[in-house]
Amino acid sequence: MSAIYRRELRSYFCGMTGVIFIAFLLLMTGIYMTVYNLNGGYPNFEYALSGVIFIFLIAVPVLTMRSLAEEKHARTDQLLYALPVSLTEVVMAKYLAMVTVYAVPIGVMCFYPLILSLYGTVTLGSAYGSILAFFLLGCALIAICMFVSSLTESQVIAAVISVAVLLLTYLMSGIAGLIPSTAGASLAGFLVITVLIGLIVNVMTKNTPVAIGVTVLLALAVTVLYFVNSTMFEGLLPDLLTGLALFDRFQSFINGIFDVTAIVYYITVIALFVYLTVQSLEKKRWS
Amino acid sequence: MIEVKNLVKKYGDFEAVRDVSFTVEKGKIYGFLGPNGAGKSTTMNIITGCLAATSGQVTINGYDIYEDPIEAKACIGYLPELPPLYTDMTPEEYLEFVGRAKGLKGEKLYRAVDLVIDKTALQDVKNRLIKNLSKGYKQRVGIAQAILGDPEVIILDEPTVGLDPLQIIEIRELIKELGKEHTVILSSHILAEISAVCDHVIIISHGKIVASETLENLTTLYEGKSYIDMEVRGDGETAEKLALSVPGVAEAEWEPLEAGVHMRLTMDGRKDVREDIFFRFAERRMPIVAMNYEEVTLEKVFLELTGDTKNASGSGDTLLSTEEIFGISTAAETADPAAEETAAEKTEAVPAGDTTEHDNGTDGEYKPLFGGK
Repeated sequence: MSAIYRRELRSYFCGMTGVIFIAFLLLMTGIYMTVYNLNGGYPNFEYALSGVIFIFLIAVPVLTMRSLAEEKHARTDQLLYALPVSLTEVVMAKYLAMVTVYAVPIGVMCFYPLILSLYGTVTLGSAYGSILAFFLLGCALIAICMFVSSLTESQVIAAVISVAVLLLTYLMSGIAGLIPSTAGASLAGFLVITVLIGLIVNVMTKNTPVAIGVTVLLALAVTVLYFVNSTMFEGLLPDLLTGLALFDRFQSFINGIFDVTAIVYYITVIALFVYLTVQSLEKKRWS
Repeated sequence: MIEVKNLVKKYGDFEAVRDVSFTVEKGKIYGFLGPNGAGKSTTMNIITGCLAATSGQVTINGYDIYEDPIEAKACIGYLPELPPLYTDMTPEEYLEFVGRAKGLKGEKLYRAVDLVIDKTALQDVKNRLIKNLSKGYKQRVGIAQAILGDPEVIILDEPTVGLDPLQIIEIRELIKELGKEHTVILSSHILAEISAVCDHVIIISHGKIVASETLENLTTLYEGKSYIDMEVRGDGETAEKLALSVPGVAEAEWEPLEAGVHMRLTMDGRKDVREDIFFRFAERRMPIVAMNYEEVTLEKVFLELTGDTKNASGSGDTLLSTEEIFGISTAAETADPAAEETAAEKTEAVPAGDTTEHDNGTDGEYKPLFGGK
């Protein structure tokens, strides 16, 4: 595992990707910090972080797009499959290498609150809490985008899908707000989701009867549930969608709250997507 | 050493590998021979754990490739069809990476890397980026990666593709040398390559093993057979008696044609008895209107086994005995001067251009490298 980790890290720094990623992140946080903290005079570094958060939409896909897509493209994945290393180790090594690259600008950012504290009173607790949450948010997004990269052979496609997925999670709370919170609307939404699940099952298994069966079963279950307990459906879909809004969880840290549920949430997302990536590679062997 | 049992691999409805079983013994060089698309690479990918089989079992040194993949893979060095190279590294860095991933450390790692760089003659390029290397050098880095760390089994998928003639000879020497201490499996669609280095030949076609024999067995039998196809005016019985009376003719078959008979004679040895036959039939005033002399070559056996004939497409037998292979009648062809060469001579006479061929088209269109059609 350490061999793959070292190789990955080396390739990030021998190529441009790692350097550009770090420079871009530092440049943007630098600008925001200058505007908010130095020019604006706010002692809270977390405001700068909250402003800069959108750059994940561009920076993370750049970092992750080649991680697994390029292996497949260059056929080097065959080497990884043939080496006496488990796929979990391969994925972990790759993930940790990306997290290491990402940790560099975070490490630099850790000095900013200290610099600010030279010129006034800074609540270091909330600043470092925010930096931790910022780090975990980034790690969660890296895990998601790594999974996307494992689905395709093309770096470009991986990057485009990653941006789309991140944009969706970024705008998720806004989208959830657009959906009426009545029970009927939730039911309609779930039926649409059921059809989507059916389509995905159809694409993945190439077995139309099974897909139709799954769709009908799910639709029936949802409808029955709706008639049994329709109050449960009130506002359910918007709530669920808000649950997918990774970026919003960061807000409470900016307001000075150390939200443990958000930390657990990010770690869960990381674990889930690392696991899904391993499964995606495993599936590649079975196709 | 390696045991492959009832391997099946399906891609959707297409069966790439159909019920392949064989065992590989220690310290031998095995050749996987077959036309493009026969299932060689798929089989190798399954053995090395790069691909999962639809059904069947592979055990390496007693370790199942699915149950104990780490232990099983530790015994294998694999060079896939396209060498899996990180082009942003130098060969030395790359080999160090592979060595580390294989569990080598410290002094041992550097010694192992130096050794394989030496063996594959990469000293001159070891500090250049892999992306700037020629195809031949890339292939050699791939081979170096496979033999790094002295794995017990070395599996090479078309190892000499893209090499120049001198390099091909070098790599063959290297493989032969490796075969002394390791078990080597290599695949190729080039017959000469297999006959030059392998102890044992496994011929695979349409996802099935059609022959699995030692090279000696194949060549011994191949040396002793030739056929004559001819058309004679007259009746079959007389013609058969006449033909059999010629010394050197072992068997005679005939079938009636519109006028006269078509005969197929099997010779005892390689002696060309066409003249004797001609005079014998002329004495009886039975005119011979057509005559073809034909030898069974390894090449023809291969073509026959892998072509779209009834035998190759699978009459139910997965494995033919040598007798059956050589009993198969080859299609009528004109005598071919190239076929006169012995197997050994042919080995030396491989044109370099041919060995770099990637695609010989579909199975039916397989073009032999020397003579044949």
